[in-house]
Amino acid sequence: MSTNEKSKDLEKENRKIKCVKQMKEIMTEYYIEAKTAEQTGKKVAWITSGGPVEPLIAMDVIPVYPENHGAMIGAAKMGVDLCEKAEAMGYSRDLCSYARADIACAPIDGGPIGGLPRPDMLVCCNNICGTVLKWYEIQARYYDVPLFILDTPFCHTEFSDDAKKYVREQITEYVEFLEKVCGKKADEDRMAEVGRLAIEGQRLWQAVLDTTTHRPSPMSAFDAFFHLALIVTLRGTQVTIDYYTALLKEMKERVDAGIGAVPDEKYRLLWDNLPVWYRTRWLSEKFAAQGACLVADTYTSAWCSSLKYLKEDNFLDSMAEGYARIYLNISVDEMAENVVGMIDKYEADGLVMHSNRSCKPYSLGQYDIQKIIQQKRGIPTLLIEADMVDERSFSESQIETRIDAFMEVLKNKK
Amino acid sequence: MQILKQFHDIANDPIGYAKHWKTENQCKVVGYFCSYAPEEIIWAAGALPYRILGAGGSISRADGHLQAYSCSLVRGALDDALTGKLDFLDGTVFPHTCDSIQRLSDIWRLNAGLSLHLDLVLPVKLNTKSAEDYMQAVIKKFYHDLAAGLGVEITPEKLSKAVKTFNQIRTGLQRLYEIRRDHCGTMSSRDLHAIVKASMVMDRNVLAERLSAVVDLLQTKNPKTDTAEKRLVLTGGICSMPEIYQPIEDAGGTVVWDDLCTGSRYFEGRVDPEGNLLNSIGQRYFNRIICPAKHRDCFSRGDSLLKMVENTRAQGVIFVILKFCDPHAFDFPYIKELLDRAGIPSMLLEIEDQQASLEQLKTRIEAFIELL
Repeated sequence: MSTNEKSKDLEKENRKIKCVKQMKEIMTEYYIEAKTAEQTGKKVAWITSGGPVEPLIAMDVIPVYPENHGAMIGAAKMGVDLCEKAEAMGYSRDLCSYARADIACAPIDGGPIGGLPRPDMLVCCNNICGTVLKWYEIQARYYDVPLFILDTPFCHTEFSDDAKKYVREQITEYVEFLEKVCGKKADEDRMAEVGRLAIEGQRLWQAVLDTTTHRPSPMSAFDAFFHLALIVTLRGTQVTIDYYTALLKEMKERVDAGIGAVPDEKYRLLWDNLPVWYRTRWLSEKFAAQGACLVADTYTSAWCSSLKYLKEDNFLDSMAEGYARIYLNISVDEMAENVVGMIDKYEADGLVMHSNRSCKPYSLGQYDIQKIIQQKRGIPTLLIEADMVDERSFSESQIETRIDAFMEVLKNKK
Repeated sequence: MQILKQFHDIANDPIGYAKHWKTENQCKVVGYFCSYAPEEIIWAAGALPYRILGAGGSISRADGHLQAYSCSLVRGALDDALTGKLDFLDGTVFPHTCDSIQRLSDIWRLNAGLSLHLDLVLPVKLNTKSAEDYMQAVIKKFYHDLAAGLGVEITPEKLSKAVKTFNQIRTGLQRLYEIRRDHCGTMSSRDLHAIVKASMVMDRNVLAERLSAVVDLLQTKNPKTDTAEKRLVLTGGICSMPEIYQPIEDAGGTVVWDDLCTGSRYFEGRVDPEGNLLNSIGQRYFNRIICPAKHRDCFSRGDSLLKMVENTRAQGVIFVILKFCDPHAFDFPYIKELLDRAGIPSMLLEIEDQQASLEQLKTRIEAFIELL
């Protein structure tokens, strides 16, 4: 091996995020605990990614995320097979691929981890989409378990006082639901503590994401897609705090040492929508090869998008607003404003949007956001037509051509 | 029948009708989506409630705002708005239902150029006290916002009168459905479809009268019960395609009832004319058969469909589902299985407003009806 090659390898090694190993261990342990819940006597709740997990943690219920499962299925490239199975069950190919993959997994214990542990209850919050309502109804019928729906009225132009009252009342109903299913009273002090940890976790996660304002960016959106798992699944636990504290420290060290996620960072891009799970590496390398780093994204930041509404000293009351006003439950124009803010904050040179067939609330309106961004910031934008899990909707050659053309525009602009 | 022709004319050209009505009456027209729009309040405000269905032509401008995986209702309606076909509207009302309509509302507000835009963010859950309270609050807010937006006062008298008119309309439509169910051949499904479609855009006072007239006419015409042989129930979202009824009837089938947004869900339930009218309007949505974008419990849609099939002694069910309609597509496998278990044959017709091949549709309908 030449000295040159050696130093390249060393550089590549340096670029790797060390916390990854710990993250994998935490997630493995978490899934083992969830899958052995029957033996330990703990209750399992399936919950939507935008759902209020804190009361579950406070009640010692193990939260399990079918959407996280969907992402794993996608990353393991098992999506097409499972989606086809769902289609054979009568589900249209036009439906969300997370839902299709998960529904098909249930009866056969399929997927990368042999299926999710059987739920004792289902908790569905429609702040991310209406799809989860239908998906959870299906699973409630299949598993014959109680379903709680937290209905968060969509915020087109406002979050009315009536809506706030309605969501707040449902949070009380939610706690009552948990008390009934778990057969025990909720502990208010514990609830407050979990709420405090949840807010702290979100702040830390935001701080991690904010390290990418540095040049070169110490991590990319592709890294964020991976490290996101804890703020989604274990929000409100000390494990999450400890992990993000360590990750933040590592990111700061990288900033100090000038280690970037992408060697020779020339272009800084913003990503919109869910990842293309089965092609994250391909996309990451494709952009990195041209010196482009996806420094931030609207997806992973969604889990701290309503931090401003949350109050540590009054978590239960404030979470009504916090859960209703998350990124996906707001209007196209408010989303566009958010994107503009992110472009400025992260000094993005361009915007890459994933038009995701599976996710209408995220994707419909992207054309308008694209126009607003072009108008307000005049940066190049790229729209990729794909799907988060179903590879049949991914045309590599077409997307490659579009990325190349987009990079050309960026190069000419600089 | 001359009286039926009037309905067909309106159903074929609802835009022409509404424009003419507007000029003639010097009143406002408010567009709305779906059967959760409280039309009584719009009518009480002196405006014509106009159901937006999409004119069904080819899409030109909507493609710049909506991906190809949006349903034809959403794309068609936006296209009509952007190409100026709906410029006679003074405002639009968007009841919250599915993800697509939710985003269409934003895109519409940003691009359609209508001054009045009202989002009716209804509860999704229709089974709890808190949701009921919220529903009432939303309807009340709508009442005030609409009055302010149109610059009118909606007096209790006007509202009471409108509630009664709509109850009369609902009763009229229901009677027609019963006549079609019980007296086979008295009225074709194509005719009834035209009546329902026209009902959603017509001057409601005129409509209430004409519906009574049609009911009277048909009742005297054929008082005998004549049972159809191949009895079908349609279920799905919107059906703005009269084309599907002809092949059903040509093949010897009779539609005896439906669970469609442009069908029985439109007229089912009455608003209690006594007491708090706004609350009663919301209460009707609570009691009515639900749209799959709403939630009562996990079984209510399937159960009510089975009951409908039983009550109408239907032998088969046709799912009429718009392509890309997620809520209906998610419910389809479970409801189909429920029907299978009950021994009721069913078929799925996935339709789009801009239907490519009617021939294929026809062949499938014929084959299905032969099976019964």
